[in-house]
Amino acid sequence: MTSEANILDPLQIAETWHRQGRTVALATVIETWGSAPRPVGSHLVIDGEGNFQGSVSGGCVEGAVIAEAADVIQSGAPKILEFGVADETAWRVGLSCGGRIRVYLERVDG
Amino acid sequence: MDIATLQTLNSARAARRASVAVTDLATGRTQAFVEGEPLTPEWYAAISGALRSGRPTLAVVGERSLFINVHLPPPRIVVIGAVHISQALAQLAPVAGFDMSIIDPRTAFATEERFRGVELIADWPEDVLPGRPLDRYTALAALTHDPKIDDFPIRAALEGGCFYVGALGSRRTHAARMERLRLAGVAAEDVDRIRAPIGLDIGAASPAEIAVAILAEIIAALRNREVGWGREAS
Repeated sequence: MTSEANILDPLQIAETWHRQGRTVALATVIETWGSAPRPVGSHLVIDGEGNFQGSVSGGCVEGAVIAEAADVIQSGAPKILEFGVADETAWRVGLSCGGRIRVYLERVDG
Repeated sequence: MDIATLQTLNSARAARRASVAVTDLATGRTQAFVEGEPLTPEWYAAISGALRSGRPTLAVVGERSLFINVHLPPPRIVVIGAVHISQALAQLAPVAGFDMSIIDPRTAFATEERFRGVELIADWPEDVLPGRPLDRYTALAALTHDPKIDDFPIRAALEGGCFYVGALGSRRTHAARMERLRLAGVAAEDVDRIRAPIGLDIGAASPAEIAVAILAEIIAALRNREVGWGREAS
């Protein structure tokens, strides 16, 4: 293993960013319905300035998750976000595939 | 998640050990369990179920809503023999998501030109494998037909619990191989785990077709394996 974090590995990146003194939030897909683009367990990692790596969808809802991450980094309280065609917010941010997903968003502490 | 838990998960992943992260969705507390460690008794059933399937899942245990994320080491294929079939397999394996490496002490076969872009180790398996042991997330395909080269890694793969152990050779060759391994002290049920003749029976004829049959058999073994490390804490 190299000391350089693999750019495709959000958990490694989360650890590296934390070590660099950046504030970090971690988003995890915890449930999917229908044709969700990324499977349960997928991660998106976001720092306090809105930089991110990884994905929880095919790029449809990342923007909304990143916006929520700022709150979670501030407060430290985890959140569960839901996106899908039945949800007005999700309709706006648009899961074009028609699936629904639930995303757990938490701060990396310590 | 606290940083210590994240570090535990990343270390386990780097060391190719299975791990799970169990998050209590009400409190936000996440606990990591690494392969071989005892599991919390009340969560045992849910965690071992997720491990067996290899799929992360939501679970309700008692009053608590849990999310169980599963981190299994990425599967890899170790091929013994830098032969024609291996050349085709080396092109197919990455497409299907496998890392692959080839070991063959015969330097006439193991040439950079024949295996561009593939991890190729021109040395005896006896000398290579102790430094990079075969594990449960590895498939071993022994393709030289030569007992001097194949037998050692086949035994190492059976001992290491590789999810797939396949060996090239006719039924007669394989019967002789089974006899040798038994005489060498390998348990009969382990010998029976060896897939031979190698590959799914699709009537493969050319080296490339045999490579497809081997890869398909490896995928079938991967998707049907039992993963759990399963000890319940006392």
